[in-house]
Amino acid sequence: MDAATSAYVIDSHVYEHDEEGYLKNLSEWNKELAELIAKDEKIEMTPEHWEVVNFLRDYYDEYQVAPAIRVLVKAMKKTFGPEKGDQKYLYELFPYGPAKQACKIAGLPKPTGCV
Amino acid sequence: MDRVKEAQEIEDDLPDPLEIPDLVPGCMAASKPYGAAPEFQKPLGFPGGLVENWQEKAIEKMAELRGKYRSFRVFLDSCVKCGACTDKCHYFLGTGDPKNMPVARQDLLRQVYRRHFTLAGKYLPWLVGARDLTEEVLDDWYSYFHQCSQCRRCSVFCPYGIDTAEISMAGREIMDSIGKGQKYSNEIIGKVLTIGNNLGLPKKALKATLEDLEEEVLEETGVPVRFPLDEKGAEILLVAPSADYFAEPHIAGLIGYAKVFHQAGVTWTISSHATEAANFGMFIGSYENMREISLRVRHAALDLGVKRIVFGECGHAWRAAYSFLNTLAGPFDFLDQRYPIPQHICEFTYDLIAAGKLTFDKSKNDHIRLTFHDSCNIARGSRLGNKPGGQFDIPRAILRATCNHFHDMPADTIKESTVCCGGGGGLLTDELIEIREKGAQPRMRALQHVAAEHGVTHMAAMCAICKAQFSKVLPMYGFDREAIVSVHQMVSNAIVLERTDGGAVGERDEE
Repeated sequence: MDAATSAYVIDSHVYEHDEEGYLKNLSEWNKELAELIAKDEKIEMTPEHWEVVNFLRDYYDEYQVAPAIRVLVKAMKKTFGPEKGDQKYLYELFPYGPAKQACKIAGLPKPTGCV
Repeated sequence: MDRVKEAQEIEDDLPDPLEIPDLVPGCMAASKPYGAAPEFQKPLGFPGGLVENWQEKAIEKMAELRGKYRSFRVFLDSCVKCGACTDKCHYFLGTGDPKNMPVARQDLLRQVYRRHFTLAGKYLPWLVGARDLTEEVLDDWYSYFHQCSQCRRCSVFCPYGIDTAEISMAGREIMDSIGKGQKYSNEIIGKVLTIGNNLGLPKKALKATLEDLEEEVLEETGVPVRFPLDEKGAEILLVAPSADYFAEPHIAGLIGYAKVFHQAGVTWTISSHATEAANFGMFIGSYENMREISLRVRHAALDLGVKRIVFGECGHAWRAAYSFLNTLAGPFDFLDQRYPIPQHICEFTYDLIAAGKLTFDKSKNDHIRLTFHDSCNIARGSRLGNKPGGQFDIPRAILRATCNHFHDMPADTIKESTVCCGGGGGLLTDELIEIREKGAQPRMRALQHVAAEHGVTHMAAMCAICKAQFSKVLPMYGFDREAIVSVHQMVSNAIVLERTDGGAVGERDEE
């Protein structure tokens, strides 16, 4: 492990992450770990948070990338109702931004580029 | 009248966007981006980590650049320390760190250059401010060459036209060559070289997103506006920043391009091979990587058999495309020579407006009181249209055609004097959020002026980085996150669509 990285630890199990807290090995992700990452982000996971995180993981499984915000918003709206279908709602759940913060908790890589 | 007077008083109380701060030496020395791990360095042809004889190698690289780029040598030799640039950098204005004065930033490199490449510096270094490249100097390079967004505002005010952007690029190029790269830019370039875009967006995801957008526009307007992917024989290849397929308000701009193409009755396509307009090779001063990225556009154009190339809203992409694409990836003799090569989406839309071919219902934007942020690489690194200043006039003409309420920000913060969003040049990364927030201060203050004076609610921009940066920093200055809009989002809101028959669009590329 180089100096720039560190790890999450649960019951002596070590999960390496990068400088910003994104998991290095995506397959190591589990729900307990998600709760721990969320805690680091000062987020208490509620069922609403899990709705987003689960959607992100399903989408990633299919497409190997996180969804566009617009796609996420629409999916939320369709599945969970219109009150959950806008950007503001997602930012309330993930104040640092749904793309980056929710991806981190979902154990997915950080979206890079001009975003 | 009273309202006007009141607004004027509020405006007078606001801080000057370009107010010169007190000096706080060294206050930003600790601001530096994450280093690039070997996995991000090696695919770009750079050493994985700091090489053993890095001082020697760095000087060799400097000698190479000195021989290769005349500008580099002229810029380093010609500064007379007149001071005209000292208060022109948004990062200096926002931080007060004197090393963010452009002349001081240049001197970080110039002092080493003098030590090795001038007679006085070789024998009397203390007389001419020449220094060896020590670890301390290298640390300063890493910090402060990553506090320059390569916006070129300082160069506008320099009587010799010294361009700090090129010095920063050279600084980064030298650092990359000795194994001290920046994670953000280098990881991204790697993704372009392997997947085709900054985001790492694979074709399957792109296709799904585009189909989703077709559905959305059809639902909203009842008009089947297409978002074609890999369609051979299309007339136009659109090269947009990949953020246009992912982020807000970028996607709203992409929808605008599609509606304009629809209304123009032309066939167009996105290529899954060249899904990126941005060229981060420029940020790190790497000719080789810039060329690799540019060649993807050429290959896509040839493969799809298009006749024209149109670039989407992306600031430095347009600089790279306008100034360098022909050199890096030309000749484009296989394209239709009657059109600019490449063309900008704003030129495309503006020409249609000028020819009376687009109809707008401006009232659709009546909930918006708008201003426009000139993105630095378009304002100072390129041009739009065939008249001087077209890069300032064309986007404004488009915006005025699409909305009833448009007001410019203070004159010393727009057009060729525009102040950077604070996130350009490879700085749009989370660990640099402090310098990004502080660097945005002049622009945010200018926005506060038009908000107070004219009730401006939104700001349009035509650069993916500007849009992402403002989405992040607007709330830090008391504005709504969604106050930043794409130029073609305004077009999209107001354009009157007709049900036109698109005709044969060409065969779908099987993959």
